[in-house]
Amino acid sequence: MDSNFQEALALLPDYLSQHVLLSVAAIVLGTAISLPLAVVAAQRPRLRGPLLGVTSVVQTIPGLALLALFYPLLLALSVFTRHAFGWGVPALGFLPAVLALTLYSMLPVLRNTVTALLEIDPAITMAAKGVGMTERQSLFLVELPLAAPVIVAGIRTATVWVVGTATLSTPVGQTSLGNYIFTGLQIENWVLVLFGCVAAALLALVLDQLLALVASGLAVRSRTRLALAGGGLLIVIGASLIPSVIASGGQPNLVIGAKNFDEQYVLADLIADRLDHAGFRATTRSDLGSNIAFHALAGKSIDMYVDYSGTLWANEMHRHDMPGRQAMLDQLRVWLAREHHIALYGALGFENAYVFAMRADRAKALHIESLADLAASAGSLNIGGDFEIFSRPEWRAVVKAYGLAFAVQRQYQPDFLYRAAADGDVDVISAFSSDGRIALYNLKILSDPKSALPPYDAVLLVGPRYADDPAVRRSLTPLIGNISLELMQKANFMVDRPADKRSPSDVAVWLDRQLVH
Amino acid sequence: MIEFIDVSKTYATTSVPTILDLSLTVADKEFFVLIGPSGCGKTTTLNMLNRLVEPSSGTIRIRGQDITAEDPALLRRHIGYVFQEAGLFPHMTVAENIGVTPRLLGWSAAEIAARVEDLLALVRLDSDSFHNRLPRALSGGQRQRVALARALAARPNIMLLDEPFGALDPITRDEVSDDYRRIHDELGLTTVMVTHDMTEALLLADRIAVMRAGTLAQVATPAALVTHPADEFVGRMIASPMRRAERLAAALANG
Repeated sequence: MDSNFQEALALLPDYLSQHVLLSVAAIVLGTAISLPLAVVAAQRPRLRGPLLGVTSVVQTIPGLALLALFYPLLLALSVFTRHAFGWGVPALGFLPAVLALTLYSMLPVLRNTVTALLEIDPAITMAAKGVGMTERQSLFLVELPLAAPVIVAGIRTATVWVVGTATLSTPVGQTSLGNYIFTGLQIENWVLVLFGCVAAALLALVLDQLLALVASGLAVRSRTRLALAGGGLLIVIGASLIPSVIASGGQPNLVIGAKNFDEQYVLADLIADRLDHAGFRATTRSDLGSNIAFHALAGKSIDMYVDYSGTLWANEMHRHDMPGRQAMLDQLRVWLAREHHIALYGALGFENAYVFAMRADRAKALHIESLADLAASAGSLNIGGDFEIFSRPEWRAVVKAYGLAFAVQRQYQPDFLYRAAADGDVDVISAFSSDGRIALYNLKILSDPKSALPPYDAVLLVGPRYADDPAVRRSLTPLIGNISLELMQKANFMVDRPADKRSPSDVAVWLDRQLVH
Repeated sequence: MIEFIDVSKTYATTSVPTILDLSLTVADKEFFVLIGPSGCGKTTTLNMLNRLVEPSSGTIRIRGQDITAEDPALLRRHIGYVFQEAGLFPHMTVAENIGVTPRLLGWSAAEIAARVEDLLALVRLDSDSFHNRLPRALSGGQRQRVALARALAARPNIMLLDEPFGALDPITRDEVSDDYRRIHDELGLTTVMVTHDMTEALLLADRIAVMRAGTLAQVATPAALVTHPADEFVGRMIASPMRRAERLAAALANG
């Protein structure tokens, strides 16, 4: 069997379990809110319009944006509750995902219920009154039972939407079947992407068919069908929740975070492996947004991850001065401990910095070694960059420090950027210093004598729960200062290279072996 | 005894009163029919009796007690009501439809089951084949029989019928209406029935109230109505069935 497929299969119990838990919670919550709202709206035309309008608008917000919006919302709420009551709400993971999906699930249930209630023949509700029912009895004994098949149809629509959209909850820190898709896209592993899509589609299909059985059971009043459907739903939900239940029963469960690129996956797997060997039970949570990872650590949603000094300096400390490499690390360590109870264990030994690179032979021919050398010939050279570099402060700093003005400026998707330099489409590119393709295409990194670019030392951060744990520190100390740039580039390249790709977890094992020797 | 005392009703959507100063008495065990052209207010009058419609002014008493003194839902559980198109609950079986009011009154399951069997026999429906059917699997006449059984389920003394046989074919209509008249007599019910069919009214009623534009044109026994119509309007309403009966008799004599 294909090793990619086996790897994907091994992750399935965890991903599926979290996906089902999330989806079912959102659908149950959404239905529980929508049903009473729909009953009220059916009786009050003035409320009906605005209510359906608002839920329709929610539906037009792209799923990813809706999920992303709950993060700052909950973050603000958390700050408020911490000030007011002394405890914060989690802004990442399950809560924002389940809230966004709940909103998402409401429209079909609400609209179907309102429509079904309004379409009941007035002669029937008149008869309900006539035989002596109160309004409440009429609702529960006559109107809702008659509306039930249409309501269940609404729940079916909601279920398919929610199960699909739940794959987008990965970037806000909630594990789901979307982890396959996001990771697969990043490391260009299409087996993984396809696996995630098929798994989510199958789950949606199974739940939809079981609900269809409920609807037909209601329509023909078949107890057998209802029992069958109910049993099926219980089995699917119950079975997929078992891994979550087992996981929550174990001993200290460390969560290692990873941002959304290859190097991060490899390092998270490496850390998890080492902790597992030390007797911990570690899991990884990957594909976190850059800022999200930091807040997840401070909020104890994850316990550790690798970040980069320049990023923390600018994004978290909001500093724009350049105190020098070691001074930056020292100040970060003090600030992190004081403000967030986060321990900065140390720098791993390599930088993943924004750098500028040229094909080595071309650099030699033009006698270019550094950014300073570039200034003289920049007017006749072309530069390529990724989508953000030309709008980032790093670019402005370099341009200002060295007085650079290029003939042509182009933007590329990262995968094509390195090749563009190798093929000679552009002369200079912006690059990430630890990217394996620098070595592959024989590119030369230009030095930065004026230190215009900030340092981006990879640093291991450990959150409040394990900051002072001696066993954790003991098992991770060998990483500090031991991963050279060359080693990290090699590791990244194993995941990145077009042929003979290795999975991040395989590479993590390889990398660990390099450290021991 | 049922009493209407100076009852008027004006609906919010119109300014013209639907019912104007209506006073009327229905005796115990009487079969009383309200008849008149469409829009004369006969169904409104019927519906005010169990508070499906509330009068704008005036008083309605049943056995001497003002009906507004009682909770409307409770009042309706003790008054049988048969709707124009049967009004059966489509998601309930025949047995569940019949047992619905006893269930609201909190009878035990065994009591309800026994009562349903009695009523199916009373309206002449075979329990084995009808008990578990849904309304959509019934003919018009069967539906109306189930509706009668449902109205009778909680042993009411008063029955309200709103054009109960209007949608049935002539043969079924005769069968069901004859059966109902028999049940009315056997159980000693007080019945108020709305119809626009004068022949049906003349054949079934103890007394008939002819209504015109929200007021009473005449209240009388069928015989008195035929022999002494109060005015030209009542005369015209009587004339049609009488003329048809005479022509039918003549045709049979000549045949």
